[in-house]
Amino acid sequence: MSNTITKNLKTDEMILNMGPQHPSTHGVLRVELKLDGEKIIEAEPHIGYLHRCFEKHCEALTYPQIIPYVDRLDYLASMNNEFGFVLAVEKLLKIEIPERVEYIRVITGELQRIASHLVALGTFGLDVGAFTPFLFTFRDREKILNLFEITCGARLLYNYHWVGGVSHDLHPDFLRLTKEFIDYFRPKVEELNGLLSYNKIFIERTANIGVIPVDVAINYGVSGPSLRGSGIKWDIRKNDPYSIYNKFDFDIPVGQGLAGTLGDCWDRYFVRVLEIEQSLRILEQAIAQIPEGDVTSAIPKRVKPNEGISYARVENPKGELGFFIVSKGGVQPMRVKVRAPSFVNLSVFPEIAPGHMVSDVVAILGSLDIVLGEIDR
Amino acid sequence: MKSFEEILELLKSNFSGENDISSSKEGTEDIINVSPSLIKEVSKFLASTEGLEFDSLILLSGVDDENGEKVKQEDESIDITGGTLSVYYHIESVKLVHKLILKVSVERENPVTTSVSSVWGCANWHEREAFDMIGIIFNEHPDLKRILMPYDWEGGYPLRKDYRNPEFYNGMKVPY
Repeated sequence: MSNTITKNLKTDEMILNMGPQHPSTHGVLRVELKLDGEKIIEAEPHIGYLHRCFEKHCEALTYPQIIPYVDRLDYLASMNNEFGFVLAVEKLLKIEIPERVEYIRVITGELQRIASHLVALGTFGLDVGAFTPFLFTFRDREKILNLFEITCGARLLYNYHWVGGVSHDLHPDFLRLTKEFIDYFRPKVEELNGLLSYNKIFIERTANIGVIPVDVAINYGVSGPSLRGSGIKWDIRKNDPYSIYNKFDFDIPVGQGLAGTLGDCWDRYFVRVLEIEQSLRILEQAIAQIPEGDVTSAIPKRVKPNEGISYARVENPKGELGFFIVSKGGVQPMRVKVRAPSFVNLSVFPEIAPGHMVSDVVAILGSLDIVLGEIDR
Repeated sequence: MKSFEEILELLKSNFSGENDISSSKEGTEDIINVSPSLIKEVSKFLASTEGLEFDSLILLSGVDDENGEKVKQEDESIDITGGTLSVYYHIESVKLVHKLILKVSVERENPVTTSVSSVWGCANWHEREAFDMIGIIFNEHPDLKRILMPYDWEGGYPLRKDYRNPEFYNGMKVPY
């Protein structure tokens, strides 16, 4: 009888390996899940599949030679990575940067932030089953990559920010095209909201899932949109301003728990949507204010800082990216340590995953917006 | 928000003992040196004392100081004996917006210190990385194992200055 069958049925705990080759892990990440039925009891990410000894390489390269490698950390936000690295070296060298260079860095950095957020939003939708928004966001990201292409010839890995300047000046058409892009792109955010943000199915999949409480977020060093999704107004551009960010007027969007609980996947997602608008605001101000000038005048012939340590951090699309450099006075650093935002953000995953279903793992990983290139380094 | 000198004084008055707490300057950065046996207590104190409230660990980095005696080997590689390995802790208070750098130095031959993962959660993975790359052992760590290198890697600690690639890993030739 069926009655006796169900009576003696036992559910055992089982181990499920997710990845390393799994499209929703955004790279080669293996998550070991201990399951009771569909429910997660324990989760442990295993990383290192993309480890390519970045930090060891740095010790055998001169400072300018490291910049192309830095591009490959978070390959969706190469401009921002370069920005952080050159700031750390410039801090060691104590050199002044021409104003035009600062503006170019901010403009390229904010464009890159939008591009990175578009990938994050699109692939997040893809992870939870929405295919169309992915195509829409990639269509718009393409336009940003075109802008970068006329700036420095490369679409993804630029080697554009150099210590003391940028490799060459902006293309004469760049500012006009960027303005056109802003006018074109602004209405598209609304389109994305209608397609994905307020989509009932999407909200069902993401609201109340993967809640990171405020104290856990701070204790685990979570940063960027993932931290702001938990309702904390913390942005390096405002709280510890670098470059010329204190000249611009912009807001820090934070999660408010509009769809469910404060700090859930939807909040983290929506913070990114709101941040795109703030980046557009910064871009408009920067384009209006950018002065003329020489962009290569401050580039030192030989980068040889004095002995000492420096830590510089920037607000990357994923969170706080920091470079810790120990110099012994040579042309090569003695030690470069990267504070990769994705690495730290992923470390909170074992804390928040238990209690959720297997399908929610995909939503949580997507909302943390990790890039394995900088986790494994 | 407290200045570096105030924090240093506060620590010195709470943790008495010869050479336990001292300050130094590396480049332009002020650093508080803490002895390995005290780092957990100091961290707890910094995180929980009112007015300090360092609630977040930004970065924990292991560094090979390369200050021991170097002996050049036949194949051009070097061996280092003596000297120290160091751990830098960049901490900050999200609430009060101030930052601080702590430094712990341990002997190269006996690189043992105490974990701070019970104070700051993200120290867990950072300490695993420092162990994996530099070979610093953190006592009281909940699960100290390799993180970026394979779990069964026996070739040593890659970011040490005297690291040499092993010839074989699981029967596969390593240098190519």
